[in-house]
Amino acid sequence: MSGASIGLLAAFTPPLAAINWHSVLFFLFAVVACACAVAVVLADNVVRMAFYLVLSLGATAGLFFLAGAEFVGAMQLMIYVGGTLVLLVFGVMLTAQAPFVAIKTSSSDRVLAGLVGAALLVVLLQSAFRVDAWRRPAVADPGPPTATPLGMALLGIRVDEPAAGSPAAGGSVAVVRNGYLLPFEIVSVHLLVVLVGAAYLARAKRRRTPRAIDVAASSTGPETAAREARRSSTSALVSGGRP
Amino acid sequence: MMFCSAAPCAVALAAGFPALPLLAAAPFTTPVGVAHYLVVGAILFTTGVVCMALKRNALGVLMGIELVLNGANVNFVAFSSSYLRGEGAASLGLDGQAIALFVILLAAAEAAVALAITLNFYNNHATVDVDQADDLKG
Repeated sequence: MSGASIGLLAAFTPPLAAINWHSVLFFLFAVVACACAVAVVLADNVVRMAFYLVLSLGATAGLFFLAGAEFVGAMQLMIYVGGTLVLLVFGVMLTAQAPFVAIKTSSSDRVLAGLVGAALLVVLLQSAFRVDAWRRPAVADPGPPTATPLGMALLGIRVDEPAAGSPAAGGSVAVVRNGYLLPFEIVSVHLLVVLVGAAYLARAKRRRTPRAIDVAASSTGPETAAREARRSSTSALVSGGRP
Repeated sequence: MMFCSAAPCAVALAAGFPALPLLAAAPFTTPVGVAHYLVVGAILFTTGVVCMALKRNALGVLMGIELVLNGANVNFVAFSSSYLRGEGAASLGLDGQAIALFVILLAAAEAAVALAITLNFYNNHATVDVDQADDLKG
């Protein structure tokens, strides 16, 4: 590389010490998350949509880590990317027969959805920039790690900030700040009920009319008897082989 | 009379987005703030809504729901972050992260039930096209 081009490069890129690597990583993850979310909308093939969704949610977990929410980011990776999306991919595999892999949408619907989406995006961005406090540059105070206070809050005890009126906050009354014990329990039971219900809904149905092969098997008596005899001899062999 | 000319419209649009030049000026040297995260959340939410409205595959609709919930989660985490908080601004504290955890859990539960319903629909109708689900239409 010639000296002139190096000088040109140095003029347009900030010096290495001035680069805020937190911002660089944020833009990397943000671009991946947004581009893959747009790709989910634009893709027609449902398998590719699932893949882009995995990338988008993984990049969002990176954004959570950058915001200082380590525990939420880890849960995002484990539950969302590791659990929910595996469930979705299984759904794709179970239903991806040839005519349903790519169901086309009409172009007039695409144009209408694009207009509605653009209007919604404008409204959301406008409200995001409206509040002055959200636009100030961050003070970049990392704060304490959040995993332990979060776990204690889920168990009903808040250790992150003292309640107003408690001795720690300058008051004289012992005030217990409520944690999230009741929502935690409700969500636990909810998850159990939902999973039992999902397993019940998605179970294999018993056929009302017997299959033709079963009817044929039950009508031929001697053959069935011979198969039963073979099965019992096999089981006797297995049990006899055990020490 | 009713139509505004181009210049006032542009001025009004610029007044609505006063931070756009701030965001674009020196992206790699200034620390990111809450507004950056809100932009990402808005894009995820919008793509999710469009995905829900546009896809005819039932699983595509489910993916749109996941995107919408994720966009809301990005906003919760951004508001609760002490790292992104501006000078003198308030923060949600730990509450935002706890709500984000509950959203992730409920999204898992919702995905399980919706997938079971989709599989049931596929077993009964031999298709996953949501346009074919018109049995209850009067």
